[in-house]
Amino acid sequence: MKFYRSHILIGIDDASLAAGVKEIEAILRSELQKNNLSEEINILETGTLGLFGTGVSLMVYPEQTAYVNLQKSDIAEIVEEHFLKGRPVHRLILDNTLVRKYDFNYKRRIVLNNSGVIDPENIDEYLGTGGYEAWEKALTSMQPEAVLQEVKASGLRGRGGAGFPAGLKWSFTAPIKAEQKYVVVNADEGEPGTFKDRLIMEGDPHKLLEGVMLCAYAIGASEGYIYIRGEYKLCISRLEKAIEQARDYGILGKNIFGSGFDLDIFIKIGAGAYVCGEETALIESMEGNRGTPRSKPPFPGVAGAWQMPTVVNNVETLANVPAIITNGAAWFAEHGVEGCTGTKVYTIMGDVRLPGLCEVDMGTTLRTIIQQYAGGMKEGKAFKAALVGGAAGVFLNDQRLDVKMDYNSLKEYAAVLGSGAILVMSHSADMVDMLWSVLRFFRHESCGKCIPCAKGTQLLYKLIDGIRKGKGKESDLDEMIRISNGMLKSSFCALGQSPCMPINSAITNFREDFLARIK
Amino acid sequence: MYKQIFGKYTPKKENLIYILHEIQDQHPEHYISAEAIKIVAEYLSISESHIQGVLTFYTMFSTKPRGRNIIRLCESPPCFLKGSEDILRQLRQLLEVKIGETTADGIFTLELCACLGVCGNAPVMMINEDVYGDLTEAKVESIIASYRGGK
Repeated sequence: MKFYRSHILIGIDDASLAAGVKEIEAILRSELQKNNLSEEINILETGTLGLFGTGVSLMVYPEQTAYVNLQKSDIAEIVEEHFLKGRPVHRLILDNTLVRKYDFNYKRRIVLNNSGVIDPENIDEYLGTGGYEAWEKALTSMQPEAVLQEVKASGLRGRGGAGFPAGLKWSFTAPIKAEQKYVVVNADEGEPGTFKDRLIMEGDPHKLLEGVMLCAYAIGASEGYIYIRGEYKLCISRLEKAIEQARDYGILGKNIFGSGFDLDIFIKIGAGAYVCGEETALIESMEGNRGTPRSKPPFPGVAGAWQMPTVVNNVETLANVPAIITNGAAWFAEHGVEGCTGTKVYTIMGDVRLPGLCEVDMGTTLRTIIQQYAGGMKEGKAFKAALVGGAAGVFLNDQRLDVKMDYNSLKEYAAVLGSGAILVMSHSADMVDMLWSVLRFFRHESCGKCIPCAKGTQLLYKLIDGIRKGKGKESDLDEMIRISNGMLKSSFCALGQSPCMPINSAITNFREDFLARIK
Repeated sequence: MYKQIFGKYTPKKENLIYILHEIQDQHPEHYISAEAIKIVAEYLSISESHIQGVLTFYTMFSTKPRGRNIIRLCESPPCFLKGSEDILRQLRQLLEVKIGETTADGIFTLELCACLGVCGNAPVMMINEDVYGDLTEAKVESIIASYRGGK
């Protein structure tokens, strides 16, 4: 193996591509060449570095220097000063005060521990971090039942939003005898403000594949499908590559590791419909139909894709499984809080200094997440509200900053963790406008299958639009709560059951914003 | 075109969305024509109405001819908070179209879309397969100009 003096990590993701990372990378290569440094300094393409809104960023190891907001004209200077003369270019380094405040938390990461560190397009790098050890361990020394029990014992809960225990879900499907069973990955990430699954798939696609493999083994499925948004082009191409590499290495295929177990994984691409994040709608879409939800029961665990027993899990859920099998349930349960074990990946955006992602233990407070992992509020801005969980989430006020973020604790405040999206708002944000935007989203995304949701989302939008235009009455607020609570009770799927959460929380916690528009 | 696409997919209904994606991507006007619906229905042995239903359900498909470049501006709450409404106003003015319309010269179609998952860089839009983030009025103007210049 070749030895390099320094490694420059370049995060390639949708955000950095948009900022022109490829051009910068080309210049960097040619500058290193010009200075005869190509043999000493290595350039590595990796997944997200976890910084957003900072344009093109580079991370230099072993120095651990983060360069941000790079322009084409900066590169020659960095190469000459930093790599030739050994003097980091301070004016381009992520603000020193921020470095101290900004915490990547790699030590506690489970899902994103490789993201931003390894080359996601190279299976050898994943293997080098201990990748596919869990898969080998399971196939060569564990019964499927033992894998299932380990996941059950870990307390892992679904990370898609509802928080249903993953092991329990698998245990419905495992004992069923059927000619075919399936694992389906829900990668139709559409909850506004959520992009954690994109980062997992872009940064460490093999980890997801290994999770699918372990699930397939535990429940006895020989086919896996990853249903992914059509918009996620980079994820699709990285996963396709990863699957191809796994097949080449005999990690996927027939009689894997001589165990007699067969498995292959395929990608299914969506075409833009929020409701397809609902597991039965997703299955309908996979089968080539309109993505409308099915009546339950039967649940997918019994009769899912093509009417066969199917486990549908979120990307983040499955990406936790390899570490659970490698290190054991007890190790996993050391992360997080009782009843809500492990870590959670959050995407934080809005009026914070460093919008981006973080993976922290379940039960970390909203205050810690904002202060420690998002650099605090933007200069001159004070916290007013956070929309936690996306459009199907809740508006929290500053009274809730110290609530522990996990499925159980948030429930006490009629709040949800949802997908882990945190949209932070300062006093310049008006809750009437924000709720209007949320309800416009639901109006657009209602699939039209059931009347409560199809009609309800229209009515709700009409009411909030009236208030926003100054034509509302105070009784409209009660009417919105009444309608959305009715939808909660009578809608066919979670989409129609969701608007009550942002509505109730916005009107209860920020009533003065609404009254200001009414009078 | 159809022959080449059908060569990649067995005639099963589950392949419908893939086939439609490919036909739309390859069509210079980025849409699924009535003729295409008929041919696909025949290949997959499903009804034309089923295909029509699928097409109108998913936002990425169009049954109307569109421009060479499709602009999809995100209108979800995170982008809204960061001023996507102003960007929309500017785009409508620059392109002289309403939402869903194509410019007279056929270069652009303006559409809105739900969250693209690039919220760290809100406001965001996608033109064809490229994502543009941290949009400002100046940035939008230069992006549009670069496409007009034949990008």
